[in-house]
Amino acid sequence: MRKLMLEGIIRGVLTESAPSPDAAAIKELGVSLARTTRRRLGRSLSIREVDAGSCNGCELEIHALNNAFYDIERFGLRFVASPRHADVLLVTGPVTANMRVALERTYRATPDPKWVVAVGDCGFDGGCFAGSYACVGGVSAVIPVDLHIKGCPPRPVDLLKGLIALVDHLDDSLLKRV
Amino acid sequence: MLDLVRTGRQVEAHAPWPRVVVDHEVWRTMTTELALGRLTLVSLWAESDRIHAAVSANGSIGVFSLDCPEGEYPSVGATHPAAIRFERAVHDIFGLVALGALDTRPWLDHGRWGVKHPMAATVQAPDLARPAYAFLPVEGESLHVIPVGPVHAGIIEPGHFRFTVNGEAVVRLEERLGYVHKGIESLMQGQTIERASRLAGRTSGDSTVACALAFSRAVEAATGATVPARAHYVRAIMAELERLANHCGDIGAICNDATFTIMHAHCGILREEVLRAADTCFGHRLMMDKIISGGVAIDVSADGIAALRALLDNFRRRFPHLIALYDDTASLQNRTVTTGVVAKDLVAQFGCGGIVGRASGRAFDARKAIAYPPYADLTFDVPVFSEGDVNARVWVRIREVQQSLSLIAQLIERLPPGPVAAEIPAAGECEGAALVEGFRGDVFAWLRLAGDGTVARCHLRDPSWFQWPLLEAAIEGNIVADFPLCNKSFNCSYSGHDL
Repeated sequence: MRKLMLEGIIRGVLTESAPSPDAAAIKELGVSLARTTRRRLGRSLSIREVDAGSCNGCELEIHALNNAFYDIERFGLRFVASPRHADVLLVTGPVTANMRVALERTYRATPDPKWVVAVGDCGFDGGCFAGSYACVGGVSAVIPVDLHIKGCPPRPVDLLKGLIALVDHLDDSLLKRV
Repeated sequence: MLDLVRTGRQVEAHAPWPRVVVDHEVWRTMTTELALGRLTLVSLWAESDRIHAAVSANGSIGVFSLDCPEGEYPSVGATHPAAIRFERAVHDIFGLVALGALDTRPWLDHGRWGVKHPMAATVQAPDLARPAYAFLPVEGESLHVIPVGPVHAGIIEPGHFRFTVNGEAVVRLEERLGYVHKGIESLMQGQTIERASRLAGRTSGDSTVACALAFSRAVEAATGATVPARAHYVRAIMAELERLANHCGDIGAICNDATFTIMHAHCGILREEVLRAADTCFGHRLMMDKIISGGVAIDVSADGIAALRALLDNFRRRFPHLIALYDDTASLQNRTVTTGVVAKDLVAQFGCGGIVGRASGRAFDARKAIAYPPYADLTFDVPVFSEGDVNARVWVRIREVQQSLSLIAQLIERLPPGPVAAEIPAAGECEGAALVEGFRGDVFAWLRLAGDGTVARCHLRDPSWFQWPLLEAAIEGNIVADFPLCNKSFNCSYSGHDL
């Protein structure tokens, strides 16, 4: 273990420089964010991930955000274990009929102010599962969505761009207020 | 089994294995043979008016079909538990009744679809008064119940676990799945091969290569398409990359569940590097939609080969340190050794493949047993352990990482020249099946193509069908705090199972 740790010091940092936020995402966010968020939250967000019917592809890439290359926590973003601790719900999948109630309850369990980010093509409109007897559709068919990050699955860097746009927008809304 | 196959009426245009239409008597004989352990259940699925069972013995596979004009068939699950959940799912989707079944509770249908038996000949309106799901009763002193899910604490798929515990010890775990049922088999019906292939590649995102490969091989078997040699090799590179990525992720995640985070961090780096190499080679980190019927959608370029060589070098330098770290850390071993033991006879009874089977002494690997191309040309071992605990499942993964590295080296060394895809010939109405080895275990696909080349019916069976039930057995007698460790060491698919 000592050798591995030593190597870690010598090799230097794997974490890559931050991507710039997505322009389209910033525009979409303009509609939904309150001005008071910065005061309430500072520049940090707790994220609760909810798989509402995904094939698990999106979860794999969301997981990757925690690895050394993307290191999501340096942006003040972190994943939490309960919706009661969350500011943001990161929801994947076409919402299945069998997960609808669980998603609604998770949303209700998340304290205000809260935002919902729908991840993936399926989270947008049901993707290739749209029209099934077992699927309700995209996330916005069940709960209000503030930001969509598309892709099948979106790359970790695209997820980062979207989430950084979310944080930056919170900053901007505060500056305008001051 | 061949004797049993001869007793039925063989269906023409079913490849590569025989499918026979049998009567009740032969169906019952098959059921008895399964219960006695002389046959292994590969899958059980239905159409609106018939039931099919794929069974195997000594590496050969046969499909038995029974017509169900009255909407019922003799239960297989009544004597062979591995079939129980299949029969419950078949009833939910098709309405066919397993006569004599012991467990007739719904499985995938949670009463929220707005229809009853969605793939039956006549779809019905749902029952208005539907009783609440009846979990199995548990009796005894000082027991309490811990319900968990469907929304879990981690970034994982949804499912419900109901633990009954006595103090710290789990006396029963009952799983309830079906939350991510998307109706994939129904969506596939009437679709072109291309569209159905996209759906197959999204049954379980972590096994997209394996699922697309199983689907494509079934199409190719049905239509008699000849896949170019180079395509077989490129497919195998994808399959081994998928295995590498998932095994690295799982080894790290298992250690993380024992709060040994340094392994998790290092394995996460390796996993990311595999995905980046896959991206360089094939233009998609998970390689979705890169396997198509007839071959592959993209050839591996010179840059791709260079990225693979760099990846192999990287692994050869760094992976041994991680093995040593795992092996030398007594506090970690303390958590994994003797935890979550799966008995050898149980994996044999359930025909449980993949990591779970091979950690409990069942040496089945479709790459050897079926030896589909190009694996017959390649040198590799199938690592088998007998302890059946979390530690054994870690070691199966470690050894398989090493085998996959060797396989990728062989594949890029011997990569034959030529095209990477062939046309799918028009073959009229035809049927095909395939069994391929994903990282989790063997994935089975069966399909019938209609005369116009669209998919008339497709069935996909994830290896998790035979692994989930054994997780219930593995946790028995262990402490609640070890459940994440046991669960992660199985890493069953929810989406692949719920379909």
